Amino acid sequence: MNAPPILSLADLQFGYVQASPVLRGVSLDVPPGTITAILGPNGVGKTTLLRIILGLLKPHAGKILLDGKSQADYSRWEMSRLIGLVPQSEYIPFDFSVLEFVLLGRAPYLGPLDLPRAQDRARARDALRAMGLEHLRERAAPSLSGGERQLAMVARALAQQPRVLLLDEPTAHLDLSNRDRVLNVLRAQARAGVTIVFTTHDPNLVAAVAGYVVLMRQGALLAAGALDATLTEGNLTATYGIPVRVMRWDGRLFVTS
Amino acid sequence: MRIVRRHLFPILIAALLLAFVSSLFIGRFPSPYWMPPTLLQENELARQLVFNLRLPRILVAVLLGMALAGAGAVMQMIFRNPLVEPGFLGVSQGAGFGAALAIITLSNAPLVVEFFAALFATLGLALSYLLARHFRYGGSILRLVLAGIAVSALFSAGIGILKFVADPLKQLPEITFWLLGGLWSVTWNDVTHIAPIVLPALAIIWLMRWRLNLLSLSDETAFSLGVSVGRERTLLLAVSVIATAAVVAVAGIVGWIGLIVPHIARRITGTDAQYSVPAAMLIGGIFALVCDDLARAWFAAEIPLGILTSLFGALGFAAIMLRPASEAHQ
Repeated sequence: MNAPPILSLADLQFGYVQASPVLRGVSLDVPPGTITAILGPNGVGKTTLLRIILGLLKPHAGKILLDGKSQADYSRWEMSRLIGLVPQSEYIPFDFSVLEFVLLGRAPYLGPLDLPRAQDRARARDALRAMGLEHLRERAAPSLSGGERQLAMVARALAQQPRVLLLDEPTAHLDLSNRDRVLNVLRAQARAGVTIVFTTHDPNLVAAVAGYVVLMRQGALLAAGALDATLTEGNLTATYGIPVRVMRWDGRLFVTS
Repeated sequence: MRIVRRHLFPILIAALLLAFVSSLFIGRFPSPYWMPPTLLQENELARQLVFNLRLPRILVAVLLGMALAGAGAVMQMIFRNPLVEPGFLGVSQGAGFGAALAIITLSNAPLVVEFFAALFATLGLALSYLLARHFRYGGSILRLVLAGIAVSALFSAGIGILKFVADPLKQLPEITFWLLGGLWSVTWNDVTHIAPIVLPALAIIWLMRWRLNLLSLSDETAFSLGVSVGRERTLLLAVSVIATAAVVAVAGIVGWIGLIVPHIARRITGTDAQYSVPAAMLIGGIFALVCDDLARAWFAAEIPLGILTSLFGALGFAAIMLRPASEAHQ
């Protein structure tokens, strides 16, 4: 981790109600162009952490630096060009076509009174192509399957062209081939310099794609660092509270209980 | 029905202009239904009628339809609920209560009734908003919906009481007719009162029409796309409700335009508010104007406008929902 971190969290504290803290002193440095996984059991505060990085929730204490600048010094508009979010799921109330839905990702490049331009439409189409959704572009987005919808949300985030891409459980609804497609897109984005931070409860997803891993347990970081050094039987057993085995096969780690 | 969006707007604008011009010559003078345009050159009474009675009424009908349909489209998207109509935040029932109160306690002079209607429409909105802020249930959107329902029910109970105590021969018919909606009392004064409110409101909605799409997404997603969700939602809600209050004060409760026209527009253009919002405004203007022409020309006695908008709105809505969705997404 030599390059100056694009995302730096120092001693974050947060709770939805004062009495029960969700995050207790989270500190983390994420180098640019890396893939970092936030791994932990359900309900441990992973989504909360993403929302705090995004600025949607304000921490009670602690500091957040984005590209060396305090998060508070960014306007909402600047932030949306720096950080993109793929939420875990999304309710789409109206029959937007898939293309219209993905085109909304261009909002950070348009003023409040602007309409999308030809280049915005081109970006949206590129993003659809990258996610293998081009043939569905005229379909009503609410009629997509859960997996297709998740791909559409990733496509919208790609159209947004952020420097940091946050994904909340990005493969939760995906079959094996679509999961592979998302992982390949994440790798390609990271090679192009985009920093990827995603949450998951699946250690094998972490092993498949992440370079760095952050293990969370009850609102605190249990361990953080490079994949091989951190995704260990000892750490995972402490994270999940059950005996966990880590095996190496064909150069890759596999985790099983 | 594949109507390419490119062609749709010239067609709608031409239809509105056609309806506008022909409405000047539709009526019961000199004989039912149609006045020959040449009469304008010959007859002073015809000129007076067309320019002092019909023209302001036509302008208000168009503003009414555009405002209700535009505001309805905005509110359905912001509330993520296709069953919302623009008067539901206490505005329509508040205006009705104000009008009934004026008719019973003061006078049935149009200016007095309109003033009271506008006053109580604003009061209804303010009450809904304040109540929503203090509710301890649900998110901000749900709280507004619930508060709007409570305030509307309160005013509707008030209207019931006023109808009960009203003089059944003189006041009750006035109240009933006002509640059914109509433009029979419109003068140039009304045009100068509501145009400065409605036109800027429609302009703001039109300018921010693509942005409206973002406000129909979840707060989390809209926020991540750079939207200042609270601020932008409040702005668009405020201009929609103010425009609604202005036209309701003059026209009474003209139902169904704000609920049904946005559905018809989305059915034709697709959901994208860049197209569906201007389409809703234009269709709303045409629809209100045609209904008002029928209201004043069909029979010797005026039919309340609200009855016709409900009748044709519901029929048109059913007809369009029975057809397959448009594929005009280009």
